[in-house]
Amino acid sequence: MQSNKLYSAIFAAGITLILACLMIGVKLDTEGTQLAVRGATAEQWTWIGLGVGLVFLSQLFSAQIDAFFGKLPKPQLGKLLPEERKRATLKPWLIAALIVGMIIWPFMVSRGSVDLATLTLIYIMLGLGLNIVVGLAGLLDLGFVAFYAVGAYTYALLSMYFGLSFWVCLPISAGLAALFGFILGFPVLRLRGDYLAIVTLGFGEIIRILLNNWTAVTNGPSGISGIAKPTLFGLEFTRRAKGEDAQTFHDFMGISYSSSYKVIFLYLIAVLLVCVVVYVINRLMRMPIGRAWEALREDEIACRSLGLNRTAIKLSAFTIGASTAGFAGAFFSARQGFISPESFIFIESAIILAIVVLGGMGSQVGVILAAIVMTILPELAREFAEYRMLMFGLLMVIMMRWRPEGLVPMKRPHLELKQ
Amino acid sequence: MSQLLLDVQGLTMRFGGLVAVNKVDLKVKNRQIVSIIGPNGAGKTTVFNCLSGFYIPTEGSVMFNGRELAGLKDFQISRKGLVRTFQHVRLFSKMTVIENMLVAQHRHLNTNLLSGLFKTSSYRRLQQEAMDRAAYWLKEVDLLEFANREAGNLAYGQQRRLEIARCMVTQPELLLLDEPAAGLNPNETKELDELIVKLRDEHEISVLLIEHDMGLVMGISDHIYVIAQGTPLADGTAEEIKNNPDVIKAYLGEE
Repeated sequence: MQSNKLYSAIFAAGITLILACLMIGVKLDTEGTQLAVRGATAEQWTWIGLGVGLVFLSQLFSAQIDAFFGKLPKPQLGKLLPEERKRATLKPWLIAALIVGMIIWPFMVSRGSVDLATLTLIYIMLGLGLNIVVGLAGLLDLGFVAFYAVGAYTYALLSMYFGLSFWVCLPISAGLAALFGFILGFPVLRLRGDYLAIVTLGFGEIIRILLNNWTAVTNGPSGISGIAKPTLFGLEFTRRAKGEDAQTFHDFMGISYSSSYKVIFLYLIAVLLVCVVVYVINRLMRMPIGRAWEALREDEIACRSLGLNRTAIKLSAFTIGASTAGFAGAFFSARQGFISPESFIFIESAIILAIVVLGGMGSQVGVILAAIVMTILPELAREFAEYRMLMFGLLMVIMMRWRPEGLVPMKRPHLELKQ
Repeated sequence: MSQLLLDVQGLTMRFGGLVAVNKVDLKVKNRQIVSIIGPNGAGKTTVFNCLSGFYIPTEGSVMFNGRELAGLKDFQISRKGLVRTFQHVRLFSKMTVIENMLVAQHRHLNTNLLSGLFKTSSYRRLQQEAMDRAAYWLKEVDLLEFANREAGNLAYGQQRRLEIARCMVTQPELLLLDEPAAGLNPNETKELDELIVKLRDEHEISVLLIEHDMGLVMGISDHIYVIAQGTPLADGTAEEIKNNPDVIKAYLGEE
């Protein structure tokens, strides 16, 4: 037993050493036109040594560490909250306060933090969309970013070629992303688990490569720039009105121009969109279709025997999830003003999936919390930018050890029979 | 009155070279309890899988209510009124009892998305009707007091009864029960016996039953089919089957 442990500890430490040497130990640099291989500094080697030692020890004493994690108290959110009946009366007030707070907040903080909050809200939308597919319907989708890209490019192209406004394009983007979800879902939803994951992964790449190479329409890798910003009932947020009879927001209100109006306006749109998405998904979870998603995840065979059309139900989850991503995509391209295929690489899919897993599959509050953590942490730890993926990995390992069901595990909205 | 509800002729199922079911004929009339018995591995469950659309039979015809079922998908067959249970309990164990009953009524509830999003009055009415229907059937199987419990936390016998209630709420005409008494104690088996008879006599549905509990089978069946090694061996009333020398031989072996 003990020698077995020692063996696996040496093995793990060896793998760590090899990986660290390859990834951190050597670096490729360009010198003029040539590539040069450069070794790591002495300091980095010390860190690598320490890391290898840590892995060795943690493997050797894994039983003790597990026992320690087991003893660690798990946050009992249930106990902190007031009792069930009180909560029911408090809930609408709490939600109202939260929405009011979210509306007032941007006027009191810096432009940068409002901008970051807007980005967080985009990830919340994406997380909630994927949560339907992965968390509720149990379909592992590794190419979710494809629908995000479809939404973003739909708005960008319609705005560039036809000059359509953001508000017109928002439903079109969601609809087109949903259509793509439908077209992809139809043939692949008979696949299960890993197979579905691989096909969706491929689909994500296909969309990205298509955008990259269809230069005539999408401008290829150089992307689309100068995408029109959303307007408030026709009022623009630029310094000077662009159109002939267009008016700017500050002229209309009779105040002086400030670039932060635009940032705050975008943030408020994002808040609005997130509120809509949260409401719709909340309703869906309590509707027959939401129950059918969960039933299908739990026992497909029983569902079939009860007359549930599994293809239709899975497709609906896939399509609704995709339309949420399309929503987020259209907003993303409006906010950025510039998009290129670079924004829709596989890492994005992985981050959105990480948000869902970290938050707790199926749990809306959890996904929202996780989206906040996953977008704000990298900003706080900017100096570790190089090791961001390493930190993601570490976070995942710790979560799986400490709280495998996610930050806020899903609590099903139980339907009660009143007698 | 006693019309032919299910008429199976020459049902054959081959898996490669293996003949699992060989030319089986079955007839179920309205308001009848019909049993299929046979030694383990005789192909009884395969017959069920063919009837309910989980397998596509190699040969043979299945007429239900005068219509051919071949070519229909499993969920379409169950919508026609032929619903089955499984040898192992297949409940949605994380959901409450009442939610299990609502999932089964999915197609009755399936109003469009928008009416659900805005909780229109027609949506609420359908929801309420489904709740009432669920409550009615829970009362029939004596589970009403557990309506808000998680299905996975029920006792085994209660889970079995919930499974039957969940089928009944889809409003079937023919119920296929695959070993419903497996794992039940004598008391629970007696309750199940009464429940099945009640389904026939009060709710006017037919039951096709696979069961190893001979006491249950002989007591309630109107007609019994015996299958051994995929091939029909005998059929008749309980009395005829009990005295059939071929059946005794198949079960007890030759002397």
